[in-house]
Amino acid sequence: MHDLFIEIWESVRRNKVRTCLTGLAVAWGIFMLIVLLGAGNGLMNAFLSDSGEFASNTMMVGGGYTSKPYDGLKQGRRIALTDHDADLLKTGPLADRIDLVSSSVSRSGYTMTYGRRYFNNVTLNGTFPGDIEMNRVKMDAGRFINDKDISEKRKVIIITHLHAKNFLTGGTDYDKLLGQKVKVGNLSFTIIGVRHGMENEDDRDLYVPYTTIKSIFGLNDEVAGITFSFHGLTNEAESDAFENEVRTTLNTAHRAAPDDRRAVWIWNRFKQNLQMNKGRSILLTALWIIGLFTLVSGIVGVSNIMLITVKERTHEFGIRKALGARPGSILKLIVTESVLITAFFGYVGMLLGMIACQILDMTVGQSRMEMFGQSIKMLDNPTVGLGTAIGATVVLIVAGTIAGIFPAMQAAKVKPIEALRAE
Amino acid sequence: MLIELKNIHKTYDNGQPLHVLKGIDLEIEKGEFVSIMGASGSGKSTLLNILGILDNYDEGEYHLAGHLIKNLSERESATYRNQMIGFVFQSFNLIGFKTAVENVELPLFYQGMNRHRRRELAMGYLEKMGLTDWAGHYPNEMSGGQKQRVAIARALITHPEIILADEPTGALDSKTSVEVMELLTKLNREDGVTIIVVTHESGVANCADKIVHIKDGLIERVEDNSQHHSSMFGTTTIMK
Repeated sequence: MHDLFIEIWESVRRNKVRTCLTGLAVAWGIFMLIVLLGAGNGLMNAFLSDSGEFASNTMMVGGGYTSKPYDGLKQGRRIALTDHDADLLKTGPLADRIDLVSSSVSRSGYTMTYGRRYFNNVTLNGTFPGDIEMNRVKMDAGRFINDKDISEKRKVIIITHLHAKNFLTGGTDYDKLLGQKVKVGNLSFTIIGVRHGMENEDDRDLYVPYTTIKSIFGLNDEVAGITFSFHGLTNEAESDAFENEVRTTLNTAHRAAPDDRRAVWIWNRFKQNLQMNKGRSILLTALWIIGLFTLVSGIVGVSNIMLITVKERTHEFGIRKALGARPGSILKLIVTESVLITAFFGYVGMLLGMIACQILDMTVGQSRMEMFGQSIKMLDNPTVGLGTAIGATVVLIVAGTIAGIFPAMQAAKVKPIEALRAE
Repeated sequence: MLIELKNIHKTYDNGQPLHVLKGIDLEIEKGEFVSIMGASGSGKSTLLNILGILDNYDEGEYHLAGHLIKNLSERESATYRNQMIGFVFQSFNLIGFKTAVENVELPLFYQGMNRHRRRELAMGYLEKMGLTDWAGHYPNEMSGGQKQRVAIARALITHPEIILADEPTGALDSKTSVEVMELLTKLNREDGVTIIVVTHESGVANCADKIVHIKDGLIERVEDNSQHHSSMFGTTTIMK
């Protein structure tokens, strides 16, 4: 092995400029591949950063208006979901696949005061303990609503870290706020938790127990929406079938046509997630293909150079064969040289690509743009993972072998007499 | 019998068939020093290529040390060349980017011998050639005579059955030619190496004990030269 490397080093050393120029093409190809994949990842991460906040095996349902007459009732009738619907999901025909059910109801337009600090127009959101899991609520301090809060209708509240920061005049020791009282309207609540709100939108809802909000405001059994999680679905077809079952169940309970898609709105996060993943893999595949095509020009370059090298060294291979070199050993020499050149410059390109990704992350990755009235990140963590690096390594080795195999076969075919005659 | 050629025919077919060897019968014993002489186009180079398993032949049989050398695969012929034949060429055919000692080692590299053992043996042969101080030099730093001695060391290192020398003095001046031929003669006399020299120089051929004259693809005559009086220019010089 040592001898092989010495031989290759000699050959490379004698043709520094040529080897470097060829290597540049390979390095550029891999550089582009890594940067493209990194940017692609960043783009996907930026778009998906919202959906990442939810558990993907959930659906949300809300009331709508019927779009067709049914059972003697005219179209355009308002459907209001109630606690009864939540119970229906929990205990009805779909109960075996449904895990958590959480209804929500909200009231807005209140002012929250803490000492001399206040927030106008806050929204109180009555919810259940299951919400923390289904909506992936991140707690910065304290706890989320629990079953006892629900059953005892406790007047407890969860604020966001943005409120907390304001209350602490910029401090971040949120634990200090736990157990403190805030006033919402003229009602007093005890802070039991600080959740991590999203920076980029008006995610300032205050969470209180569902039962508390119902009793305080004397609300009827109407709910704003029901979120539930489920299990046992694997693909889009199953998801569609399940969604239809949910629709039929709820529509029937409200005397709407079972297939009326507007009577009850269903937001199927599972399906959305599947489609998102599909889109992601299509984008990544496209980027791989573009990157690989860029790399092909580099490979052709290496192959070309190896062909020239073989031509130049015909005489030498003739000597080697006369001295007893087997065709296989010459084949190995050229292929190894090709793989080493490709791998070395490929790694240089990969390294530069990763540095470029880091630079992207530090510059474009930190900037935001306005889109659909929201401020979103342009790129979020535009880097490639270990898997891609390993994949690129495999690509390099395969590419080097392919680039080397034809010139190597040429070299192995050299006839010693012809080579020795060519003097 | 070390070498046994029976009715060897060879035809090159480059558009027009060219019958180069028309039935060569030749026997060479172990330890002989033979020269093959002939005008250009006589077929002597082709004969040497066949002897060196660098080329194949169309008809007849070639036995080398008891092995029938016929229709070998590239792999087999490479192995035979490596183990049984040492080449000395007119243009030395050293590899330019390797030092003298690396050039000498090369046949052992293809035998898969480890680096240290190889280096040791190669240094030994260079010492025998009086080139110890030149071991680390590249071929372009050496004189023609030195290069040819490196080539001879390379040919000897695998203890081959025969040394095939193709115009070994062709690129050397007369003084160096004499030195190289004396070296080959000494190897033959003292170490019993079988040597076959192809040449068109009578002075070179005169060093051998037996001279095979080839003409138009046939052996014209085999001359016994044990008295070394064949050269018309005397026995100690090589006329250039």
